[in-house]
Amino acid sequence: MAAEKMALAKAINESLRRALESDPKVLIMGEDVGKLGGVFRVTDGLQKDFGESRVIDTPLAESGIVGTAIGLALRGYRPVVEIQFDGFVFPAYDQIVTQLAKMHARSLGKVKLPVVVRIPYGGGIGAVEHHSESPEALFAHVAGLKIVSPSNASDAYWMMQQAIQSDDPVIFFEPKRRYWDKGEVNTEAIPGPLHSARVVREGTDLTLAAYGPMVKTCLEVAAAAAEEGKSLEVLDLRSVSPLDFDAIQASVEKTRRLVVVHEAPVFFGSGAEIAARITERCFYHLEAPVLRVGGYHAPYPPARLEEEYLPGLDRVLDAVDRALAY
Amino acid sequence: MTVESTAARTPRRSASTKSTAGKRTTAKKGTGAAQGTDPQLVQLLTPEGKRVKNAEYDTYVAGITPEELRGLYRDMVLTRRFDAEATSLQRQGELGLWASLLGQEAAQIGSGRALRDDDYVFPTYREHGVAWCRGVDPTNLLGMFRGVNNGGWDPNGNNFHLYTIVIGSQTLHATGYAMGVAKDGADSAVIAYFGDGASSQGDVAESFTFSAVYNAPVVFFCQNNQWAISEPTEKQTRVPLYQRAQGYGFPGVRVDGNDVLACLAVTKWALERARAGEGPTLVEAYTYRMGAHTTSDDPTRYRGDEERLAWEAKDPILRLRRYLEASNHADEGFFAELEAESEALGRRVREAVRAMPDPDHFAIFENVYADGHALVDEERAQFAAYQASFADAEGV
Repeated sequence: MAAEKMALAKAINESLRRALESDPKVLIMGEDVGKLGGVFRVTDGLQKDFGESRVIDTPLAESGIVGTAIGLALRGYRPVVEIQFDGFVFPAYDQIVTQLAKMHARSLGKVKLPVVVRIPYGGGIGAVEHHSESPEALFAHVAGLKIVSPSNASDAYWMMQQAIQSDDPVIFFEPKRRYWDKGEVNTEAIPGPLHSARVVREGTDLTLAAYGPMVKTCLEVAAAAAEEGKSLEVLDLRSVSPLDFDAIQASVEKTRRLVVVHEAPVFFGSGAEIAARITERCFYHLEAPVLRVGGYHAPYPPARLEEEYLPGLDRVLDAVDRALAY
Repeated sequence: MTVESTAARTPRRSASTKSTAGKRTTAKKGTGAAQGTDPQLVQLLTPEGKRVKNAEYDTYVAGITPEELRGLYRDMVLTRRFDAEATSLQRQGELGLWASLLGQEAAQIGSGRALRDDDYVFPTYREHGVAWCRGVDPTNLLGMFRGVNNGGWDPNGNNFHLYTIVIGSQTLHATGYAMGVAKDGADSAVIAYFGDGASSQGDVAESFTFSAVYNAPVVFFCQNNQWAISEPTEKQTRVPLYQRAQGYGFPGVRVDGNDVLACLAVTKWALERARAGEGPTLVEAYTYRMGAHTTSDDPTRYRGDEERLAWEAKDPILRLRRYLEASNHADEGFFAELEAESEALGRRVREAVRAMPDPDHFAIFENVYADGHALVDEERAQFAAYQASFADAEGV
């Protein structure tokens, strides 16, 4: 009864429903989130059940969506806003970076900004430009924001609950290519901390660290590597800011090798931060340099080329082989 | 800029003093099409201090008492004195920067005194007069300019949000807040301050859209002080700013921003509309920034003395003084007492700024997050160790 198999998108929908039910201050805002239920139907049925004043269709203006959400939060509401696609967040970037991230500090802690910014992100769905990007590092660089990304339905459900309950602004990156992946969701389970990483597959030879859409890819890599006799540990980071370095360190101290995988460009990406810190923390444990697999320093390519751009089984396995060869 | 072109930038007075309805001025080269039509300017008090009738807005100040008029005068004088003191303190190296409101006292005091306690204000960084009306201690405004904090007051203490430096951002916060007010079923109103330069920003346009669509109880109070640093209003707009509202479906009105009575009346009208559920209003207070944009600015590079002199003749404080004197609403004793109060305020501000302690070093890490963040904790600990290493060295 409490545990149910559902798609990741449905899990977020159920989580939003629960939040709307349990706290009258929670609002859903965004373009097409009402009658249409969002372009991915993540908010399907919510306006019908909670009304137009709780589930608010907004003008097509991203800065306006985030800016007014800030005002609503100052009034005591807990807005959950949807940015329709990753590449559309940039008109709102100013409001997120100069206002949302800093207002708590500027007020010396007097005001809180419990705003969740939902962003369906990443590629692999054959979309046109600005619909497949992974801009998480651009947000992680900004103090005052928290950045999370679930990889499965259960996390999507619980992490959304926790993000809404957080008094800090949370950028909630949803792996859009995993929206239709089904998983068990126990709506009565007690979730772990929002910013903790989790070992999703135990291994001894090398650690694969990933989050969001790349966790599934890494699990496939680990399964393929196992057939070749290699034991890979897969770590689902779950949170990009803060990052659970203790969990990464613990895994690396065991496996002595680390490959970080994300869709975002490698250059100045979250993998760079992880590599630098893990090198500092685990210098004497490492048998190989920390390697990174991700996007290139190029605009996200047209759909017919995205399989070349995105980290897939072969590219990750190649990095695994290189790390193991040291 | 010539005197002639200055006159072309300055709208004629309202129909009550001189009928200009329906007329069009010839836009002179360099003065811009922004003032090309001759808009009606709501005015209740002429620069000479004469009270003029206005059928639409008189009712909003009909019951005003001599005491209240003296209060408005006092507010403007003290605000100007505070502002002058802050400018001096910057020149003396006590403040890193100051954004003077000189010339805009009537716009700020008039609108500020129109507010109720339960209304909420979203200012830019020049609303010292509005802060004064809200009861924010003026010394609190100076912390961010001295560099001891980035805010310095509790926004909910006086319903006066922190100063916003990014141009126009706060208009969206005001709109969202007003949407919340409406959801709560409260009858308070919200006011967003911004300038003519900010009117070019997308956020201001988006706040107009959102407030209109959701019928939010917000008043947009644009102080058109003619200059966005060195750029004149004609670099921001081809039509008078108050007319922007029409395209969004709510009323816009241009008020003489150097007329405290008119600003009070028009803002009261707009706030009452908001409270009555009639949605947003744009008020354009047509005024003049007599000083520099900030103490880092040098207006002599981009505008002539003639323009300033023309506006000085319309000084907001002088015109109310003339009215008070002519109508026997204030005597010499009042002005002398106020002068003494002014000096005391200047002294208090000076002493308070000089006594402001530098923040604790660890303030860097405070309030970055409400619920904490592992990286902030780690860096705070590293910083503490680094600081302690000096103490150890000194101890040796």
